[in-house]
Amino acid sequence: MVDIIIAFLYLSLLMYLLFGGADFGAGIIEFFTSDAKKDRTRLLTYQAIGPIWEANHMWLIITIVILFVGFPKVYSTVSIFLHIPVSLLLLGIIARGTAFIFRHYDPDQGKFQPLYNLIFVYSSFLSPLFLGILAGTIISGRIDLEAASFPEAYLFPWLAFFPISVGLFTVAICGYLAAVFLIGEAQTHEDQMLFRKKAIRMNVLTVVAGALVFLAATLEGIPLLAGMLDHPITILALVLASISLPLTWKYLRENFHMRARILVGFQVSMILFALFYSIHPAFMVFKNSVLILKDAAAGPATMNSLGIALLVGSVFILPSLFYLIYSFQKKPFQPLAKK
Amino acid sequence: MDDLLAARSQMALSLGFHIIFACIGMIMPFFMAISHYIYLKTGKEAYKKLTVAWSKGVAIFFVTGAVSGTMLSFELGLLWPKFMEEAGPIFGMPFSLEGTAFFIEAIALGFFLYGWGKFHPWFHWFTGVVVGVSGLASGILVVAANAWMNAPTGFDIIDGVYTNIDPIAAMFNEAWFSQALHMTLAAFVATGFAVGGIHAWMIRKGKSKDIHIPALRISLTIGAVAAILMPLSGHHAAKDVAHRQPAKLAAMEAHFHTEERAALIIGGIPDEATQTVNYAIKIPGGLSYLIHGDFVTEVKGLEDIPQDEHPPVAITHYGFQIMVGIGMLLMLVGLIWLFGLWKKAPYLHAPWFLALLALLSPLGFIAVEAGWVVTEVGRQPWILYGIMRTADAVTPMPGIVYSFWLYVAVYLSLSLIVGALLAKQVKALDKETEQLSPKTS
Ligand code: HDD
Ligand code: HEM
Ligand code: HEM
Repeated sequence: MVDIIIAFLYLSLLMYLLFGGADFGAGIIEFFTSDAKKDRTRLLTYQAIGPIWEANHMWLIITIVILFVGFPKVYSTVSIFLHIPVSLLLLGIIARGTAFIFRHYDPDQGKFQPLYNLIFVYSSFLSPLFLGILAGTIISGRIDLEAASFPEAYLFPWLAFFPISVGLFTVAICGYLAAVFLIGEAQTHEDQMLFRKKAIRMNVLTVVAGALVFLAATLEGIPLLAGMLDHPITILALVLASISLPLTWKYLRENFHMRARILVGFQVSMILFALFYSIHPAFMVFKNSVLILKDAAAGPATMNSLGIALLVGSVFILPSLFYLIYSFQKKPFQPLAKK
Repeated sequence: MDDLLAARSQMALSLGFHIIFACIGMIMPFFMAISHYIYLKTGKEAYKKLTVAWSKGVAIFFVTGAVSGTMLSFELGLLWPKFMEEAGPIFGMPFSLEGTAFFIEAIALGFFLYGWGKFHPWFHWFTGVVVGVSGLASGILVVAANAWMNAPTGFDIIDGVYTNIDPIAAMFNEAWFSQALHMTLAAFVATGFAVGGIHAWMIRKGKSKDIHIPALRISLTIGAVAAILMPLSGHHAAKDVAHRQPAKLAAMEAHFHTEERAALIIGGIPDEATQTVNYAIKIPGGLSYLIHGDFVTEVKGLEDIPQDEHPPVAITHYGFQIMVGIGMLLMLVGLIWLFGLWKKAPYLHAPWFLALLALLSPLGFIAVEAGWVVTEVGRQPWILYGIMRTADAVTPMPGIVYSFWLYVAVYLSLSLIVGALLAKQVKALDKETEQLSPKTS
């Protein structure tokens, strides 16, 4: 059962990164859009994300629940030592979710709109940034369980080049996910070209930010690259991710949006996999010790009931979620010239 | 403010904020489903407009409920990591089921809010019902988790280690039923009277009656029925508390001295130093009767409970008085409303009655907050009754005061925006109905 639950944990993390990430990314794209086109981008984003916004967001809740029920030590350690970045992440999530809905449901489309938009865009950066910072800190070995002073315990672990570089990388990934997702939603040729351009830029940004992560790891003496090169399977994952990149561009040019989306999702999954597998079998690396998920698991009675709840839950959730996404899928726009 | 007090205040603030949105998220889907059903059966446009108007308001509440709930699931750890480390595996069962319920709710909500004209009308209607049912289920589940903190079961402590964990037994603890029943009814009362009050006010101001009258009838009738059941369920809850948490009961009643023929104390100002209650109405034997069914049996007072296990008496007592007072008032008004409906009495639409309803509209929610203060403050100094003290559970991170003020700022601004948006929605609804139905009434 523990293995099943660990699988669910990684699955919900991945789903949050993919769906929640595309969701955050829409705000990042909006930031990079010229004022003239912002309104159209906003409308499109709303149509694309509105119906699935809450569901996207649920993956985070599932992750948290799995952690505090099944792996309470992980939950409490993160809660104590990463209190500040977790709080900032929450601030981002709350500001963004509410601004997104408020700006649509404010019947008076004038006065407050600029404020909502501002909040929406900035919190769309803030949330993935801190999400990445959390992940970066957890794998970096910077948390000192015996730290004596306030800054050593609660600030320095996350306020450093490496965690921040992972944060920036996460921001770039979210923008990339969103751009590719929105190409398929676009209703006019012009919009399509707009998002394609964004996707290229975000792709470049992702690669640059990825390089930054490795640079930071090297500077701070974090054996990230070594960890990845140690396992043939992570090398394979990275190679597959790189190979699929040109293929994505081919599909996008030929208007196979669904295939392109799947490939991008695949690339992000591979990156996440490589990142976490680089510290395998540990899940968290501290200054003088590591935490292995299996060792931190709650007792068998708890794990059994949690596992059954998750399995039964997925029987209800996955089909209806699939139907929801399918129902609100826009018919992709097919340029006439192509036929 | 020290860190412990800051953490407790932050928890209270967040939960007190969330519960309002949770109640609306649980109950409004049922109101909408009724109105939607009438529209589908009769084809009357007004009911469709009402359903859509309600769903616009509710969308704002849903998102606020969802984000504040998300904050809560982190906050439990941010503020009480030592509690969660032990408690998570024991009371996690309702939370993991709740996760499923939330997910289903979120999916159904997507279909419902964005599905107008896109699906078969009855499928669309059904998704609205699913939102309500799964919301109610998640409310009951999370209250079961809270009940476990009042009546911890499903584990043994051997040499300080929590063992023999049985998550199912923990979920079906002694307190879950009385709390879940009482909370569910409370949500119907609070939402019913709040929504009814708003529509009553609109009718009084002469706004389009063909929308606001059905709205008032749907919401207040349900609220009234629940309000009549409320004292029954509250009485059941109180007997439960007397049996399980005598200290909490004593604080609720400001009952300092163990005595036979214990008096029921109504109102008054408890003084913990002198162990007396001033200016109260005392009904001799009343408390004995309510708890044990006769006027003589002894009721344990605070004097027989160690000093360091006393909850704050005054707050708990005031909270209880406010809740019960409102409960009695709403029951009365509920009876008047139902009687009026039955007799088709003209006073239902008399300006004074509508004004009264408008005046009552916040009371249900005030009672909900007061009731939670009773439950939670009355549990102090325990976070896990009789087992773990709140002071031992708080995070070691200093400076929680700053976090508290940050949350105050966040919740304050959210409340202001939500309030303003709601007012605007109501106005927009008026404009729309005036344009579409030129002078029907
Ligand atoms: C509309 C709201 C409302 C109304 C009218 C009432 N209550 Fe209540 N009460 C609640 C809303 C509430 C609540 C907020 O929902 C609580 C907090 C925890 C819970 O489970 O329900 C609660 C808790 C609560 C408790 C504590 C339960 C515990 O700690 O386990 C008692 C003893 C009562 N109530 C008793 C009453 C009585 C005798 C009422 C008589 C009219 C009454 N309540 C009306
Ligand atoms: C520690 C306590 C609590 C936690 C951790 C918590 C957690 C959450 C979370 C994560 C959500 C978001 C779900 C979504 O995205 O749709 C939520 C919403 C909700 N909560 Fe809570 N909650 C708590 C207390 C309560 C209580 C006491 C009730 C009711 C009695 C309640 C009822 C609800 C309902 C009905 C919703 C969905 C409605 C909406 O989204 O507005 N919760 N809660
Ligand atoms: C939504 C309705 C709720 C409200 C309004 C509420 C209110 C409060 C209040 C006023 C306090 C502060 C008590 C004090 O320290 O004096 C508190 C504390 C707390 N509540 Fe609740 N509560 C609610 C539901 C829940 C639920 C469902 C849970 C858990 C499943 C929960 C868990 C806690 C915890 C862990 C604390 C802090 C520890 C403590 O003070 O004992 N509460 N709550």
